[in-house]
Amino acid sequence: MSVLELRAVSKVYGEGATEVVALHEVDLAVGPGQMVAVMGPSGSGKSSLLTIAGSLEAPTSGEVLIGGGRLAEMSRDELARLRRRSVGYVFQDFNLLPGLTAVENVSLPLELDGLSARRARAAGLTALERLDLADRAGHFPDQLSGGERQRVAIARAVVGDRRLLLADEPTGALDSATGEAVMRLIRQACKQGVAAVVVTHDAQSASWADRVIFLRDGRITDGTSPPPGPESLLAPGSGR
Amino acid sequence: MSIRHALLALLAEGPKYGLQLREEFESRTGEVWPLNVGQVYTTLQRLERDGLVESDGEPEGPQKSFRLTEGGAGELAEWLRTPPDLAAPPRDELVIKVLVAVRLPGVDVHEVIQAHRRYLVELMQQWTRLKDDEAEFDLSLALVVDAELFRLDSVIRWLDAADGRIRRAPAEAPPGKPAVALRRRIGVRR
Repeated sequence: MSVLELRAVSKVYGEGATEVVALHEVDLAVGPGQMVAVMGPSGSGKSSLLTIAGSLEAPTSGEVLIGGGRLAEMSRDELARLRRRSVGYVFQDFNLLPGLTAVENVSLPLELDGLSARRARAAGLTALERLDLADRAGHFPDQLSGGERQRVAIARAVVGDRRLLLADEPTGALDSATGEAVMRLIRQACKQGVAAVVVTHDAQSASWADRVIFLRDGRITDGTSPPPGPESLLAPGSGR
Repeated sequence: MSIRHALLALLAEGPKYGLQLREEFESRTGEVWPLNVGQVYTTLQRLERDGLVESDGEPEGPQKSFRLTEGGAGELAEWLRTPPDLAAPPRDELVIKVLVAVRLPGVDVHEVIQAHRRYLVELMQQWTRLKDDEAEFDLSLALVVDAELFRLDSVIRWLDAADGRIRRAPAEAPPGKPAVALRRRIGVRR
C-alpha cells in the first residue's frame, strides 16, 4: 500500500479572470522506502503539490490518501493528529523555533501529541543521535551551522514513527557538500522505510531519488525510469 | 588525462613494472577507465624513446622495470600546470540539437529539451547510486563521480535556462546571421 497517494488532484486559486490552475489532475503514489523527487521551474506547482500532500491545504478536486486514509473524510482534529504523528516536513529555511534547543525542537511534535516531556525528550535525543547530532542537543538554532540546522529539521521530520517525509528545497540554502550530506540522510530515512517526496530545482539533489517526476504548468509531464545498475556506467561507450 | 602523463605520475613514486602500472592506473582513476596492457607497453616504449623514462634493460616482458628520468619529471610538472583546452568553439552536439529544434517547423523544442533533461537526470541517478552504494570510501571514485555529476548538472542547468529563454523570446526572431556574429565576437577558430 502506498504511504502517499494523490488521485487526480487539482488545485485552483482565485476565480474568473484571476483564476490560476496550480495543479491539474495529478496522480502520484509513493510507497514505503521510496524517494520521489519533483522537479520543475518556479510556478510549476511543486510547492502546491507538497502542501496538499501534507494536508496543509485541501485540493479543489481529487483525493489525497495518507497511509490509505482519505484526508477528505477526516475531521480537523484527525488531520492535525495525522500531521503530528505521520508527516514530517523539511523546508529550505529549516523552520526551527529559535527559542527552543535542538532537542526541544525535535521533541515538540511528540509533546504536542500528548507524549510525556521525558519520553518525548528521549525520542528526540535518539533521533538526533541517529543524525550524529547528540552533542548539539542543547544548542539553540542560532548556535548551529546551516547544515546542522537542516539535520535537526530532518531529525524532527522523522522523530517517533513518521512514515512520510515532505521536503521543499531541503538543500537550497546549503553548499554542495552539506547538501549531499542532507540528501544522504533523507536516503537513509528511506532505507528505514520512510516514504519521501523532495521538491527541488537542483538535479544533484534530485538524483538521490528512486524516481524523478517533472512538473510543468501544474501537470506531471514526464518522469525517469527506474535507474539500471551503476555497472552500466562503466561499459565502454555507454550512454554517450 | 593522457595515459602518458598518468604513467609518468605513477613512476614519480618509484620504479614499477608494466602490469603494476596498469593495476595502479585503474585503481587511481576509480576503476572507471579500463586500460589494456598493450596500451601500457606501447606508451612506455614511446616514453623511453623520448627519454622521459628508462628501463633496467631486461627484455620485453613482465620482469622489465621502468623509472622516471629527470626529463620525465620536468614533463610531468609542466603538464600538471598546463590548463586543458576548454576554449573550444561551441560545437556541443546538444547545443546544436536545440538550435535546430528551435527553428524547425512542427517540432516542439520544449519536448526535445525535456527528452534530454530526463536522460541526463537518469544518468545522474546512476552516478549518485554508485556513490550511495559504495560501502567503503574511495577518494578516487568519489572525485570521478563528483566530476561527472557536476558536468551533467551544468548541462541540465543550461537546458533549464534555454527552456526559459525560448519561452520568453518573441515568436519571430529578427532575421540575421547570429552564428557569424558570434564567431566574430568571441574569435572562434574555423
